[in-house]
Amino acid sequence: MTVPWKKAAAVPAAAPAPKRTMADRFLGERTATGKRKNLLLIRKNKVLYLFILPAFLYFLIFAYVPMYGVQIAFKDFIATKGFLDSPWATPIFKHFITFFSSVNFWEILRNTLGLSLYYLLASFPAPIILALMINEVKNTKFKKAVQNITYMPYFISTVVLVGMIDLFFARSGLVNNILALFGHEPVMFLMQDSLFNDLYVWSGVWQTTGYGAVIYIAALAGVSPDLHEAAVIDGATRFQRIIHINLPAIMPTIVIMLIMSVGGIMNLSFEKVLLMQTDSNLMVSEVISTYVYKLGIQRAQYSLSTAVGLFNNVINLILLVTVNKISAKISETSLW
Amino acid sequence: MVIRETKQDRIFNFFNVLFLILIFVLCLYPLWFIIIASISNPDLTNSGQVWLWPKEVSLDGYKALFADDSVLRGYLNTILYTVGGTCVNLAVTLPAAYALSRKDFVGRGFFTKMFLFTMFFSGGLIPTFLTVRSLGLYNNPLVMVILGATSMTNIIISRTFFQTNIPDELREAAEIDGCSNARFFFRIVLPLSVSIVAVMALLFAVTHWNGYFTAMIYIRSEEWKPLQIIMRDILMESEFNAEMLMQGGDTAGALQQTLRTAEQIKYALIVVSSIPVMIFYPFVQKHFVKGVTVGAVKG
Repeated sequence: MTVPWKKAAAVPAAAPAPKRTMADRFLGERTATGKRKNLLLIRKNKVLYLFILPAFLYFLIFAYVPMYGVQIAFKDFIATKGFLDSPWATPIFKHFITFFSSVNFWEILRNTLGLSLYYLLASFPAPIILALMINEVKNTKFKKAVQNITYMPYFISTVVLVGMIDLFFARSGLVNNILALFGHEPVMFLMQDSLFNDLYVWSGVWQTTGYGAVIYIAALAGVSPDLHEAAVIDGATRFQRIIHINLPAIMPTIVIMLIMSVGGIMNLSFEKVLLMQTDSNLMVSEVISTYVYKLGIQRAQYSLSTAVGLFNNVINLILLVTVNKISAKISETSLW
Repeated sequence: MVIRETKQDRIFNFFNVLFLILIFVLCLYPLWFIIIASISNPDLTNSGQVWLWPKEVSLDGYKALFADDSVLRGYLNTILYTVGGTCVNLAVTLPAAYALSRKDFVGRGFFTKMFLFTMFFSGGLIPTFLTVRSLGLYNNPLVMVILGATSMTNIIISRTFFQTNIPDELREAAEIDGCSNARFFFRIVLPLSVSIVAVMALLFAVTHWNGYFTAMIYIRSEEWKPLQIIMRDILMESEFNAEMLMQGGDTAGALQQTLRTAEQIKYALIVVSSIPVMIFYPFVQKHFVKGVTVGAVKG
């Protein structure tokens, strides 16, 4: 009988390679006293591992265990058997097939993509424009006031925001009262399906623009005044200077934010959509995440709803990686 | 050099300031309107006679609100979740961020990558739900404190803050004087990082205060429901009332009366639920821009 390790031992040991070995890579190179550098550092900094332990455990249990649990999208989940022991679905893509062939698949997909794209197009440029505008203000008091007030809505809860929409856009609400000042007939905003998207998107813009502008304003503060002086001497107008100096200066920030937004495009504010949903607007307001919620939490169809959620997350990940790659090619800015 | 203003610049300035004032009003007025509507006669509010100042001031809405047990209980629960949750958040996030900010922390790359990946991919709602349930956290108030104990975004912001604001030389000097890592973190790093601690506390506290999702999925018992859930029930009630009203009948008059105060209660509820956040906001506000931007821009 041949024993593998005996055979290996028979081969004469190779001369030590001059390049870094695996041990060097993970344990660090040897110090003058012959000890591994990283082992020394680990011993010296052992308390840092205690520091990172809670976060490590948190992500392990509440992010990686569920990721492992994604396998039930390909299984028939039985609660008493758990993630691992539940039997595989036959065929393996059974739940995906069920979802793709369900009557409202196209409707849900169209709603999700339509609402996401609309939201991205409206909410992405708004903070940039606001930041460029605030940056042009000379009076520091006015500048501070605008900045502080515009990001206040960010701290309002989703429940309150949707409650505000219901109150303001009701038949005798604030908006209709303002319209009445101009002699306009009352509009039933909340009853019209076609307005669901608009209300969702523009209330979101109202809530997040000021907060989103903070990061761009900070980036604009780093623009050298010399550039502006030079441009003025060359006869550039204010508007030209904004377009040709300020905008390029914050371009890296814009690109990073764009990649992040596109990567999260399918992650609509689930709770907001759910809160704004009524039985009558379901045709336009049912999106993937609310569908997953209803299927999984309310109807306990765990495997099917996990499959739907996985479909959503995979599209997100593909979009993120693609946009990041494109951006790395074109603008040499990327997340990793 | 002073840049001289041309005529074109002045026109630009004029419109710029005009638009900003418009945006300013658009952000502030809805909030102001809620405050005045909560103390005005609801009939006047609904008929469009309340614009800038409250009319026929009455505190009926607030009285009705605090007569309701569920609102008070929700309020107390939310305070509990916010205080407890924020403490857990800070205890998990700041030490981890500090460890990741250290260049001599072996395994830094591994931990960063492991944490970062969670930003871009997740198991999704159902596997998370099943995991939480199997841990016995379903319908357990602890879930409100544990779930969301940290987030990679906030770890990155804090880590970057530590990297840029705590020079290596400082640690080396402290080390020579025999200062341990733990002591250095608690006695030197944290006191030097007041602004990031304040910003993190604010961001986490607001998340807990406004949190709705976790409670909706995991909390079933009435006694553990936070304010936002109670609010949803009250704020979305009108549709139900309106339907009953449309059916008419003898009760219509009584219902109309209820509906009237219901409106005022809603405005009052929004004010009461948002006041704590708005009170803390100015204190943390001065740290806010500094903390967030230092962490984010150089990320």
